[in-house]
Amino acid sequence: MAKPMDQYKWHELNAGCVIEDVGNASEYKTGDWRSQKPVHDNTKCTRCSLCWLFCPDSAVYEVDDEYFDSNLDYCKGCGICAKECKPGAITMVEEER
Amino acid sequence: MTTKKGIEVSIAVAEAAKLARVEVIAAYPITPQTHIVEHLAEIVADGEVEAKYINVESEHSAMSACCGASAAGARTFTSTSAQGLELMHEILFIASGMRLPIVMATVNRALSAPLSIWGDQSDVMAARDSGWIMLFCENGQETVDTTIMAFKIAEDRRVLLPVMINLDGFSLSHVIEPIIMPSQEDVDAFLPSYNPLFTLHPDKPVTMGAYAMPELYTEAKFAQETAIRNSKKVIDEVMEEFGKQFGRSYKSVETYNCDGTDFAFIAIGSICENIKTCIDDMKDEGKEAGLIEMRLFRPFPEDDFLKAINGKKRLAVMERAMPGGATYGPLFNEIAALIHTHGLNITTENYICGLGGRDVQPEEFKNVFVSPQKGTNITVIGVRE
Repeated sequence: MAKPMDQYKWHELNAGCVIEDVGNASEYKTGDWRSQKPVHDNTKCTRCSLCWLFCPDSAVYEVDDEYFDSNLDYCKGCGICAKECKPGAITMVEEER
Repeated sequence: MTTKKGIEVSIAVAEAAKLARVEVIAAYPITPQTHIVEHLAEIVADGEVEAKYINVESEHSAMSACCGASAAGARTFTSTSAQGLELMHEILFIASGMRLPIVMATVNRALSAPLSIWGDQSDVMAARDSGWIMLFCENGQETVDTTIMAFKIAEDRRVLLPVMINLDGFSLSHVIEPIIMPSQEDVDAFLPSYNPLFTLHPDKPVTMGAYAMPELYTEAKFAQETAIRNSKKVIDEVMEEFGKQFGRSYKSVETYNCDGTDFAFIAIGSICENIKTCIDDMKDEGKEAGLIEMRLFRPFPEDDFLKAINGKKRLAVMERAMPGGATYGPLFNEIAALIHTHGLNITTENYICGLGGRDVQPEEFKNVFVSPQKGTNITVIGVRE
């Protein structure tokens, strides 16, 4: 969006709230929904990529073509990656803010 | 062409949708449904109109498919009734919130339980705050004309809202009436093809139906509310233009024998014809009663209504829906609120009648005129005690 959500006046919105600029979902950081964060242990990781495949927010990314990590700007802490990780390389850790 | 032709009103509505060159129809063909979508299926199958007919698996899906079709830029139509409208309920709000100019003919019938397929207005009254423009019809001709007007209202760039055409079950939907069907040329001249503001198209991707956080939801709903309130001006314009082109004029609020009368009935739909007959009969006996007919219910035509009740001393609001535990019927509550906020001193009475297909006899209207309601509760006409 061209400006933060709380600065829009009602008459500045398109009819039906149609969003015309493409790809602006990345501007909305969903990471602050999280109460637990995934911690990746590369000593256990087999690089199977299931965490990357299952993440519903595409927040898991490959680090230097090797192991995986989670982008905490977008990770909502759902825990699906930890659940799917067969060798148990991902632990959900309580996060205090 | 001005010849009247005997035609079942449901069939006539389907023919009117054809004349409007509808492009997508999505419907679920089971009770409660009517000949409207049945006949449209035939029209599409026979190639009389270039439209896609989507036979879906439920009324919920029918309205969902209509939303998709309308979002893709197609002129979209459907029809439903009673329980079918209730199953659509969730999607009604999505259609209006996304500002999709879908047109739907709702055949007003009673809601189960107890199981009923007969006429009353409890279905539409349960959906009255869904953000749709709601027009009501008194007879077959009006239903045809309103169907054609509905597309022009809905698709106007100043409106972009779904429009519901309400016609009473059986007393309109299943009767044969003499109707003038407009010619294709005249309808084409009146109703240009739909030119959508936004469409779902890969060449120009947009997002429709996105999430609104608490920071934005209020502004989004205020914009929608403003749109439906402002649509009144366009509705008036379209009705006037229709009158000029087709010679049949309509108004948001119609009055009958209201000049100088102290008393008026207020009603919606086909019951108004019965009331008019009763008013004429009473006139012969020297009893003067008027009728205020609400053709437009959403947005509620406040100014026109206040003008119509000007000088009245007593109003009898006749409604075909049980209030469901509300203080009064839905129409009465609107009226009482306006009378209160405008500081008017008018005796206002609420009568519930014609539920689940029960006929209301002329004598019953006459009784309302002759013996005013006692107390402040609703009166249910004809209930055996």
